[in-house]
Amino acid sequence: MKVTRRQFLKISAAGLGSSSIAALGFSAAEAQSDVRAFKLARSTETINTCPYCSVSCGLIMHSMGDKAKNNQMSIFHIEGDPDHPVNRGTLCPKGAGLVDFVHSPDRLKYPEYRAPGSSEWKRISWDEALSRVAWLMKDDRDKNFIARNAAGATVNRWTTTSFLAASASSNETGWLTHKVVRSTGMLGFDNQARV
Amino acid sequence: MALQSLDITRRSATTTRPPSQRRTPEVAKLIDVSKCIGCKACQVACMEWNDTRDAVGTNQGVLDNPPDLTENSWTVMRYAEVETGRGLEWLIRKDGCMHCTDPGCLKACPAPGAIVQYSNGIVDFQEEHCIGCGYCITGCPFNIPRLSKKDSKVYKCTLCSDRVAAGLEPACVKTCPTGAIVFGTKEDMKHHAAGRIADLRERGFAGAGLYDPPGVDGTHVMYVLHHADRPELYNGLRKDPSIGAMVGLWKGAAKPLASLALALAAVGAFFHYVIKGPNEVPKEIEKEFEDEKRS
Repeated sequence: MKVTRRQFLKISAAGLGSSSIAALGFSAAEAQSDVRAFKLARSTETINTCPYCSVSCGLIMHSMGDKAKNNQMSIFHIEGDPDHPVNRGTLCPKGAGLVDFVHSPDRLKYPEYRAPGSSEWKRISWDEALSRVAWLMKDDRDKNFIARNAAGATVNRWTTTSFLAASASSNETGWLTHKVVRSTGMLGFDNQARV
Repeated sequence: MALQSLDITRRSATTTRPPSQRRTPEVAKLIDVSKCIGCKACQVACMEWNDTRDAVGTNQGVLDNPPDLTENSWTVMRYAEVETGRGLEWLIRKDGCMHCTDPGCLKACPAPGAIVQYSNGIVDFQEEHCIGCGYCITGCPFNIPRLSKKDSKVYKCTLCSDRVAAGLEPACVKTCPTGAIVFGTKEDMKHHAAGRIADLRERGFAGAGLYDPPGVDGTHVMYVLHHADRPELYNGLRKDPSIGAMVGLWKGAAKPLASLALALAAVGAFFHYVIKGPNEVPKEIEKEFEDEKRS
C-alpha cells in the first residue's frame, strides 16, 4: 500500500482523534460480553465404566449428535458420573483424560500377530485370532493337565497357563469368566472380580 | 447466551457503564491444600474441558509438570518440600487464576472488552478483543496470564465460566478425587473453610487459615492453608498481594489527567482553527519546493 505524506497525516489524525474520543467516554462498543458456548448442550450422554483400574469409576461419555439415523456419533467429552456411588462424579488424572485414550492414534483396534523372531506385526481377523488362542490353550492343556497328584487324589490342575480378564466388567460377566476359567482347571487367574 | 452480557460488572478500558448489573450469586472455588495429594486430575480435566493440549515437555527432575503455567496449561500443581517445626512437609499448591475482586489484569488492560468481570465474580478474558500487549501479565499480582506465541493473545483460567453459566461446577472441581477443590457461593465456601480450619487447628496446625487476600479485595479462588501465616512456603504464594504501584498510578491517577489534557487539546485546536484558520502555504513557496524537487 502506497501512502502519501498527506494521507499519512490524515490517517494519523483520524486514529488519534477517534481513540481520544473513545477515551473520553464516547465509545461505540457496548459494554457486552459473552462466555464460551456450552459445548454439552445437545450432546448424547452414554453411561459407562472407566476401563483403567479396579476402582471402576462411573463415566458419562458425551457424543456428537442426537442418535439420529444418519449421524455417526463420536465421543468428544468424558466426565465423571455424579450418580455413580463409587466416584460420585470425580475422576483421577487418567480417567479425566479418557477422551484422548478413546481417540489415541496408538489405540489397538484389531488383532495383530507377530511370529516368533519376527519384528513385523501382521493384521489378522478376529476368527483367526480366537481360533489360534483356543488351539494353543487346548494343546497346552492336553499336554500339561494334572488330573491326579502324587498321592492319587483328584486335583484337575492346569498350571502352565494363566488368564488375565477384563477390569470393568459387571458381576454377571465376572461370574461367567470365573466359571469358564476355573472349569478348565486354570489356577493363575486375575479377573478383578471385586468390581 | 446474549443475556450473559447483562451480568458484567466491569470491562477493561471501557468508560461506558455495563448495560445492567444483574445480581447473580457470587461464586468461589476453595482449594484445601491440606487435602491435596497432587494427582493432577484437575490439570487433565482442565485441558480436557477447555480443549487445550500442551506440548510434551522434558523432565525437570521434580514432579512439577509442566514446570510453569502456559497458554494451554491454565492450572499447574506446584510442589514444595519445606522444613517446618513439624519436620519435612510436602506442600502441594494448585496454581492458577485467583479471580480477584479487584483484578489487576483488568485494570491494566488497554483493549476495550478484552477482560471482563461477571457479576458472579469470574474474571474472564475475551480473546477476540485481546491485542496481545501483555499489560495484564504486568498487572497481575499472581503472575498468571500467559501470552500465546501462536496467536499473540493471552490465556488463563476462566473458572469454567461456560460451565458455571450453565449451572455446573468447574471441571477441576468436579474431577478432584480427594475433594480438595470445592465450589459454591463465596459465603458457603468461607463456611466450609472455617470447618476445615478448625479441624486442622485441632490436629496441631496452629497457623491454619483461609487465604482470601484483602489487598485485591478478596479472591474467588481461595486456599485453605495449614500455614496461612506463612503463605510463601507454598512455592512463593504472596503474603499480601496487591496491584503494582505503576499500574495503579498509570490506570488510576494518570488516567483522568490524560483525559483532561486530551479534552483541553481538542478545545484548544478548535479555537485555534476558529481564530487563526487553516495553515495556508503561499503558491510561490509551494512552487519553489516543487521546482527544487524536480531538479
